[in-house]
Amino acid sequence: MVYFILKRLVQSVFVMLAVALLAFSLFRFVGDPVSQMTGVETSVQDRERLREELGLNDPFVLQFGRFAGDMLRGDFGFSYRTRQPVGEMITDRIPATLELGTVALLISLLVGIPAGVYTALRPRGFMTQTILLTTLIGVSIPTFVIGIMLMFLFGVHLGWLPIFGRSGTVEIGSWTSSLFTLEGWRALILPALTLGVYQLTLTMRLVRAEMMEVLRSDYIRFATARGIPYRRLHFRHALANTMIPVITIIGLQFGGVIAFSIVTESVFQWPGMGLLFLDSIRFVDIPVMGVYLVVIAFFFVLVNLLVDMLYIAIDPRLRVKEAA
Amino acid sequence: MLDVKNLTVTFPSRRGDFTAIQDVSIQVKPGEIHGLVGESGAGKSTIGAAIIGLLQPPGYVASGLMTLGDTDLCALTPEQAHEVRGDRISMIFQDPQTSLNPLMTIEDQLIETIQAHSDVSTSAARKRAVDLLEEIGIKNAADRIGAYPHQFSGGMRQRVVIALALCTDPELIIADEPTTALDVAVQSQVLDLIRQLADARDIAFILITHDIGVIAQITDNVTVLRGGRVMETGATERVLGAPEHPYTKSLMAAVPRLDRKLDRFLVPGDGGPPTASDKQGVDAEAWLLEGVQEGGLALEVDSLTVRFAGTRTSLFRKPDPYVALQDVSLTVPAGRVLGLVGESGSGKSTLAKAICGLVNPSGGNMRLGDAALPYGKARARRDPSRRVVQMVFQDPYSSLNARHRIGDILAEPLALYGLEPDKAARHALAIGMLRLVELEPDVIDRYPHQFSGGQRQRIAVARALLARPRFLICDEPTSALDVSIQAQILNLLKDLQAKFNLTILFISHNLAVVRQMADDVAVLQSGQIVEAGPSETFFEAPKATYSKSLLSLTPATNF
Repeated sequence: MVYFILKRLVQSVFVMLAVALLAFSLFRFVGDPVSQMTGVETSVQDRERLREELGLNDPFVLQFGRFAGDMLRGDFGFSYRTRQPVGEMITDRIPATLELGTVALLISLLVGIPAGVYTALRPRGFMTQTILLTTLIGVSIPTFVIGIMLMFLFGVHLGWLPIFGRSGTVEIGSWTSSLFTLEGWRALILPALTLGVYQLTLTMRLVRAEMMEVLRSDYIRFATARGIPYRRLHFRHALANTMIPVITIIGLQFGGVIAFSIVTESVFQWPGMGLLFLDSIRFVDIPVMGVYLVVIAFFFVLVNLLVDMLYIAIDPRLRVKEAA
Repeated sequence: MLDVKNLTVTFPSRRGDFTAIQDVSIQVKPGEIHGLVGESGAGKSTIGAAIIGLLQPPGYVASGLMTLGDTDLCALTPEQAHEVRGDRISMIFQDPQTSLNPLMTIEDQLIETIQAHSDVSTSAARKRAVDLLEEIGIKNAADRIGAYPHQFSGGMRQRVVIALALCTDPELIIADEPTTALDVAVQSQVLDLIRQLADARDIAFILITHDIGVIAQITDNVTVLRGGRVMETGATERVLGAPEHPYTKSLMAAVPRLDRKLDRFLVPGDGGPPTASDKQGVDAEAWLLEGVQEGGLALEVDSLTVRFAGTRTSLFRKPDPYVALQDVSLTVPAGRVLGLVGESGSGKSTLAKAICGLVNPSGGNMRLGDAALPYGKARARRDPSRRVVQMVFQDPYSSLNARHRIGDILAEPLALYGLEPDKAARHALAIGMLRLVELEPDVIDRYPHQFSGGQRQRIAVARALLARPRFLICDEPTSALDVSIQAQILNLLKDLQAKFNLTILFISHNLAVVRQMADDVAVLQSGQIVEAGPSETFFEAPKATYSKSLLSLTPATNF
């Protein structure tokens, strides 16, 4: 098992290196950094001197090594647009995005898994058909339309919830959280719902399909033939086996939620990384884009690693084989 | 005790009702083992499912009576029926690999089953579970009980399944093909255990199987089923020894005999070796004969070793390789059939794969005819042996490409090996070949799923023959088929072998089938050849202890 985790860690390092290379080439080859920094009146000699000082004439490998080394030490460079350190800009934004993503994921799991189990156990019921149809409509509508519709209904029409921005934040060390005030939750709920709807449908359909498959398996039939109470049969035997494939997909999706919350953040003007990324694209702020890429990749790798470890925790067949 | 009267089970469907079981009556007394035997589609499992109340929807009991003791099983509410399950009626399934929940320990599964039916403390339940496992033949049960299913071998797992079925002291256990997935040695242990439990605990068993040998070995009474109807019922010795119904008679005739070799199986409607009557059949036969005029090729395998990478247990040590074949030497003389027998995991299929180049050996030599046979990876795509050696696989359901028409499947070897450049001629040969394997030529435009298992296996044989092979490997070609279909396919193989003088390596775990097919026999145990020699000598007087035990454990069907 240790070997398995070590192997995954080494693989993760290679993934991160590849992403860093991509981010670096973006930084180095999309536009000329020197002409971005200087004005029209800078002389050619000055430009050359700057080039030499910044080490832009060094060999590619050396430059990449320096880039990766700086990243490891937490030095992410400066934004073209705001002249602030990129590291600070990103860490300021991470809490907002992570909280949004996590709440969206929780909504999708807390509703999606029970709904999936229900629809699997009563595959022909009226409720099942209703749920399946509604979620199908939900998933067919683009995220931003759902966002706008929710905004209109709860924000404008009913006036219950704020329609944009993040508020009621509390500082805990360097982390600004909106999870500790009612005001914060009121602002969070609409964007989280918008982001979670697609996840919810996916989780539900996946759980339903897997669960129906598991319910047909021999060990469930055998357990039924032994008269195991139905509640235990469904929730202990069937659900655990259902979750094994479901976890992989949910893990991958969580990375996706973090990475692609861009649309939701822009609709709700949510001050997270997605909004920052969108602004950076508008102003061709390449350092921020590069670092965003690396940070998102890091989240993906981390979540996948966690999923692998969760796998081992759930499935005894993956644990070290004891003397059989 | 169990009394089933005039049971009829119906599966309604859009195209009208399908009656799976019609007018079946069975009585089973405590301590009696009642066999239900029949071929696939006979409704054996449906009867079991109906008794325990687990018919697959939309199937339902249309009429009839089922009583267990004083309880009318048909009158129970779903809740009551679920309480009877496990408590009074239990079930054992076919495949011990899949019938245990992989995520729960044996302990948890046993304890929850005991507690589902009696109000006992967890520690009392655990004690009962440990005692039961000991009784059923699992050593160190107190330690082993905390293990997960995957930590047990197949035979041990089936014992655990039996313990689970037994732990609530049921009156009746329905065993649905309990030994079909097991090796003969393990099968005989499990059957002994069932017999012993029936005698010692007075439990009634219903044993569902397609294997007449199993029926002969342990049942007291037997019911022969076909198409959901009872053909014949009575004491096992009487039904198998002196069958009255024509179907039972033909079934018995189709069962391969272990005690002597017959020229052909007696199959109803079998008119002896097929002769190609129409032009296309004659053409195909002539074409094949022309290709194999040289006759079969001899195969010599000399100290062949195959190793696979083992599972890694340590970071710093190379994993120990798993030795699948160790110094295997054998000879298949030209035009003869060598039967290769052994239990699962003995390396039979690995040898076949090494010969046809699907597995790369780690050492040893192979010669086919006069030419050396290169290792899998070194064997060029256009090496002649790729055409000359052909294979018929075990599972006809997965060995034919589901997206290709039969005509394309059959014409492929002709085009692939450049045997017949003309498309129309390929088509004609494919049709002729269908005739030779006794299929109608108009099936050529169908897809594999439109055929039964036996028909598919005929197609697989036809495909192998169209490459004009001189060495044919049959890897368990009939173990997925019913006995009567098996008899037909074996007859077919015998006829084709005689006609085209093929050399065949015939792999099977079924000794009776090998006796009917093989001229020579080689026994493989854990990757090593234990005994090799002419078939009849082997079956009359086996030399190695392992061969003797294999032969003695194979259930005999003759009375």
